[in-house]
Amino acid sequence: MAADPAAAGGALARLRARLEGPHTIGSSRGFWAAFAVAVLALFLFPWYGRSGQFSLFLVLALLGLSLSLVWGYSGVLSFGQVVFFGVGGYAFGVVSINVATPGGITAAVLAGVVGGGLSAALLGYFMFYGGVRDVYVTIITLVTTMVLHTFMAQTAGSAWTIGEAPLGGFNGMPQIPLLALGVEGASFQFVYNEFVLWLPLLGTAEFDPFYYLALALLVIAYLGLRALVNSDFGRVMVAVREDEDRTEMFGYDVRRVKLTAFVIGGALAGLSGVLYAARNVFIDPTVFSLTFATLPVIWVSVGGRKSLLGAVVATVAVEWIRVSTSGEWGLVVLGTLLLVTILALPGGLVPWLHGTIVRNRPDPADVEGPGTPDAHTEVSDQ
Amino acid sequence: MVNGLSLALQFLDSFAFIVLAAAGLAIVFGIMGVINLAHGEFILVGAYATTLAATQLGLPLVVAMAVGTLVTALFGLVVERTIVSGAVPNAVGQRVAGRDVMEPLYDRLADSMVATFGLSLVMVQGARIVFGNSIDQIATPLGEIAYGAFSYSTYRVVLSGVSVAVLLVTYYVFTRTDYGMRARATIQDEETAKALGVDTERTYVTTFAVGSGLAGLTGALFAPIVSMQPTLGDQFLVEAFVAVVVGGPSVVLGTALSGVVLGAIDAAFSNLYGTFVGRIALLIAAVIALRFLPEGVTGFVERVRTRRREGA
Repeated sequence: MAADPAAAGGALARLRARLEGPHTIGSSRGFWAAFAVAVLALFLFPWYGRSGQFSLFLVLALLGLSLSLVWGYSGVLSFGQVVFFGVGGYAFGVVSINVATPGGITAAVLAGVVGGGLSAALLGYFMFYGGVRDVYVTIITLVTTMVLHTFMAQTAGSAWTIGEAPLGGFNGMPQIPLLALGVEGASFQFVYNEFVLWLPLLGTAEFDPFYYLALALLVIAYLGLRALVNSDFGRVMVAVREDEDRTEMFGYDVRRVKLTAFVIGGALAGLSGVLYAARNVFIDPTVFSLTFATLPVIWVSVGGRKSLLGAVVATVAVEWIRVSTSGEWGLVVLGTLLLVTILALPGGLVPWLHGTIVRNRPDPADVEGPGTPDAHTEVSDQ
Repeated sequence: MVNGLSLALQFLDSFAFIVLAAAGLAIVFGIMGVINLAHGEFILVGAYATTLAATQLGLPLVVAMAVGTLVTALFGLVVERTIVSGAVPNAVGQRVAGRDVMEPLYDRLADSMVATFGLSLVMVQGARIVFGNSIDQIATPLGEIAYGAFSYSTYRVVLSGVSVAVLLVTYYVFTRTDYGMRARATIQDEETAKALGVDTERTYVTTFAVGSGLAGLTGALFAPIVSMQPTLGDQFLVEAFVAVVVGGPSVVLGTALSGVVLGAIDAAFSNLYGTFVGRIALLIAAVIALRFLPEGVTGFVERVRTRRREGA
C-alpha cells in the first residue's frame, strides 16, 4: 500500500474530503498548512511557555467544543454543559478513589465519559421526547445545573460517601489519585510526572505528559467533530438547527437527532470533566455554579457558535484573558468583551475573521459567514 | 415541627419573595421577548440606591425606597437605549461609519441572555469595585409579631401585602390604561400594531423601564432584610426565572399562580426538611412543570379554555 503513492494520495484526499464541508471553516490547502503550524506550535509550547496552566485551557476547550456541537450545530442552547462536565469529574473521582490502581483509574476515565453521556441521555430524553423546545430547553438545563449545585453543596458528612469516596459538600472531593492509564505493571502516569527528555542539540527539557494527553485529545476531538458535522448526520443536525418543523416534515426524527447530538456533547463534556478533575486532583461543586455554567456559553458565543474552530480558539483566548486579568477588573473586562462581541459580531469572532480574510473569494457555501441570519430562527417560530 | 401558623407565614413569605422577584422579569420577557439575566443586578441597583439614600442622605425609608425604584427605572432606560435596542450605538455608528452597528435584541432570546449576562458580570464587579464587599445596612423596620415560642418579623408580613398590591397594580396598568393596551397590541402582533399607529419602539422603552422599576422596587423592599453584598442579586434570579417559566405567557396571572404553587412547595419542604431541600424541591418542581406544561401554567389554562370553547 505504501509502495503506491497514488493510493496514498487517494487515501489522504478521501480523509480530507471527510473533514471538509460547508459546515466548517477552512477547506483550503492554506488552512491545513496553518493548522499543522498551529499544532506544531502547541506541541513545542512547553519549551517557551507555561504548559501547566495551558493544559487547563486545552481541557476546557473540549467543553467548549461539546457546546458548539449541541448549540451551534443542533440549535439546542444547553446552559447545562457543566452538568455533564461535573458528573464526569465526580464519577471519575468516585471510581478512582475506590479502585486506585492504574486499571481502576483507566476504568474511572471511562466511567466519567459514560457518566456524562448517560446523564445527557437521561435529561435529553426527558426533554426532547417530552416536546420541550427552544428557550425552555435552555431554562431546564440551567435549572438542572442549579439543582446539582444545591445538591452537591449539601453532601458534606459521612452519609454522603460512596464506597471510600466522600463527596465532601462545599469542600469538594480531595484525594483523587493521580491520573495513570494502562493496567497494573504496564501503565503511565500523566499528572505530576515531570518527564525529562534529552535532545541531541537542544539539551534536556522537562515537560508534563498531561499537557500532551490533553493536546492529543483536543486535536482528535476537533477532527472527529469536523468529520461528524460534515457527514450526513451533520447535515441533518444543521437542518434541525435551521428549521425544526421543516426537517420533521422531510421525515427525519428530529427528537432522535437532537438526543444523539446531546449525548455526544454530554460524553465529550464528561471527558473534559474527567481531565479537569484529574489535572486538579480535586473537584468541588463550583463546577455547577452559575458563573461556571455560563462560561461555555461565553466561549462559544465569542468564538462563533457555528464554528468548532471558533469554540476552541475562543475558549483558550477567553480563559487566558480571564486568568491574566485576575485582578478586580478581570470580570469587568470579560463582561464587556462578551457584551461587545454578542452585540457587534453576533456570528462570532472566528467566522468574522475568516470572512474578512476570504472576502475577495466567492464562497457561496460559506454558511458560517457573519451575514447569516442568526439565533432568531432558533427560537422565534412558534 | 410543623405549626400551622408558622407554615402559613412561611408561605406568605415565599409567595412575596417569588412574586416580587419575578414581576419585572416577567414583564420584560412577556412583552419584549428579552430574557434579562442581569435582572438580579437591577434588584441590586434598587437595593443599593435605597440603602445609600437612607444612610448617606438620611432620607426616611419610604422616600428612600421611592428613590431606589426611580433610580433603577432610569438605569433600565439607559440600558434599553444602549444595549437592548441599540439606539445609541446605532446613532453613533450612523455618524461615524454610516451604518448600524447592531440589531435590537428583541425576540432574540439566546442572544439577549448572553448579552445581559455580560452586563451582570460588569455590574456585580463594578459594584464591588465602587462600594467594596458590603455596605452598611438599614435596620429592619416594624418589629416582630410574637406568639408563644415563635416570633416573626412584621415587615415580612407587610411584604406579602405589597406583593399582592404590585400584582393588582400591574393588572390594572396592563388592562385598563392606554399604555397597557398598546403594550398588549405590541405582543400580539408588532407589525399590525405599528401599522395602526402604535409607537412600538416607545412601548418597548417604557416596558423595559417599568420592568426595571419593578426590579428596583423589589430591591428597595428587600434592602432592609438581605445582606448588602454585590452578589445579592443571585438569590433572586433563580426564583424569578423559575416563576416566569412556570407561569407562562400571561404575565400577571402567571406570576401570581406560580407564586402560589412554588411558594407552597418551598414553604412545605423547607418547613419539613430544611431550606436546602426546599430549594431543591422548588427547582425540581419547576423542571417537572416545564416538562409537562411547556407553555407554563397559564399556557395550559389557555389550552383547556380553547378546547372547551371548541367543544361547546
